[in-house]
Amino acid sequence: MSLMSEVGQKAFDLGVPIAVHIDVTYRCNERCVHCYLDHDDHGEMTTAEIKDVLDQLAEAGVFFLTFSGGEVFMRRDFFEIVEHARRLMFNVKIKTNAVMIHEEEARRIRELDVDTIQISVYSHRPEVHDAITELPHSLERSIKAIRFLREQGLRVTIANVLMTVNSSDQSGVQKLAAELGVHYTLDPTITPMMDGDTSVLALRIPGEELPEIFRNPALVGSQEEFCAPPKPPSKEDLEGYSCSAGHSFCYISPYGDVFPCVQFPLPTGNIRRQKFLDIWNLSPQLKEVRSIQAKDLTVCSSCSHVTSCTRCPGLAYVEGSMRGPSTADCEKSFYRTGVPTANMLQHGLSKPRTTAPLIQIRPIAVPA
Amino acid sequence: MPENCIYIARSSAIAARALAGEMMVMNSADSTFFTLNEVATVIFQAADGHTPLRDIVRDRVCEQFDVDPEQARADAEQFVTELSSYGILIVSNQPLASEAT
Repeated sequence: MSLMSEVGQKAFDLGVPIAVHIDVTYRCNERCVHCYLDHDDHGEMTTAEIKDVLDQLAEAGVFFLTFSGGEVFMRRDFFEIVEHARRLMFNVKIKTNAVMIHEEEARRIRELDVDTIQISVYSHRPEVHDAITELPHSLERSIKAIRFLREQGLRVTIANVLMTVNSSDQSGVQKLAAELGVHYTLDPTITPMMDGDTSVLALRIPGEELPEIFRNPALVGSQEEFCAPPKPPSKEDLEGYSCSAGHSFCYISPYGDVFPCVQFPLPTGNIRRQKFLDIWNLSPQLKEVRSIQAKDLTVCSSCSHVTSCTRCPGLAYVEGSMRGPSTADCEKSFYRTGVPTANMLQHGLSKPRTTAPLIQIRPIAVPA
Repeated sequence: MPENCIYIARSSAIAARALAGEMMVMNSADSTFFTLNEVATVIFQAADGHTPLRDIVRDRVCEQFDVDPEQARADAEQFVTELSSYGILIVSNQPLASEAT
């Protein structure tokens, strides 16, 4: 176990919120077709309120702090907020579309010793990227910003959300990341809107296209390991918990609402009315989230994938129950291994969408 | 550098937080990550740039932990040298302005 994993486990065991994602605004200069947010400002926290939140988070033991949005640079006080966070010695990551980052902003980010800047790039082709963001020249501007950030020696990651409209551009974006000297991550998950509206899910790439990703060694490392059939769960596995949401991680909205995760819209309290630590320690909702072990899951506890599935309790919650399955993850487990999930079997194989034969396939290693 | 002249300050490029009495430290320049044990944490927290290391060892370390003063001083010097090589601490024979906080 790496030192970082050890520390993460320790925080999890002690119930310390070691990592927090805070959206400082939902306002945005792009209108991405898959975005789950309402971009109007319904009364976001003031500079003073956010600084107070940061003071409370430092006191609570938060170490990793991610600033996101919306577009963070829509806030004129964003650098003031980051400056305060760094004074409190947080490890700061910024998620942005980078359109508003020029030489001066890149220099300030460097001076503030920000750890990483994650930038959304949907395609290497402007006509595709700009159609998704609905902002003309946005790809050109984002790439220009990446170059400014690299000139400052900063660590940049390109985040490539994969959906129906850009599914063929994954390798092009990966190549672009290599040319720019930045890291690349891919995410095939489209999240329902915060209000529960699931219309954006129509953009999810069909399950049949997932194997192409899961069989790509450049993305998953050892294909044999990644696509291996699931191992039978042990008693210990069934007493385990699904993820860090609500255990050592949480999300704070621009309005001060606290949720277990950015993908888990279960309201647990509002920081404008309560102290962060009171919400973290006393919220009945967070206590419920923390109480759920693998053996308590209504369908997944009997699923052969229970130990290796990436089941997201937030997506399950949006589907109807935080103890239920998350169909998107069932789909990933199935297309990764070829082994049907308990959720699929329960639905008479009608879900997920599939034309593939439901037989167990032992993957063949692809030569490097 | 004689031990009695050593001043230490935390670099502004780091992130740090205590977790159950131990300090997590990360250097943003290269993402190197460390955890410091309780004794090292005491020294790290006292690294204000103007308290000599000698005094930190005498007033904090030897006060809080049952250690031999000579051994504590030697260990502290080694620890400070190591952390400065990673850019976590700044070491000088002159008082320093602490870069962080």
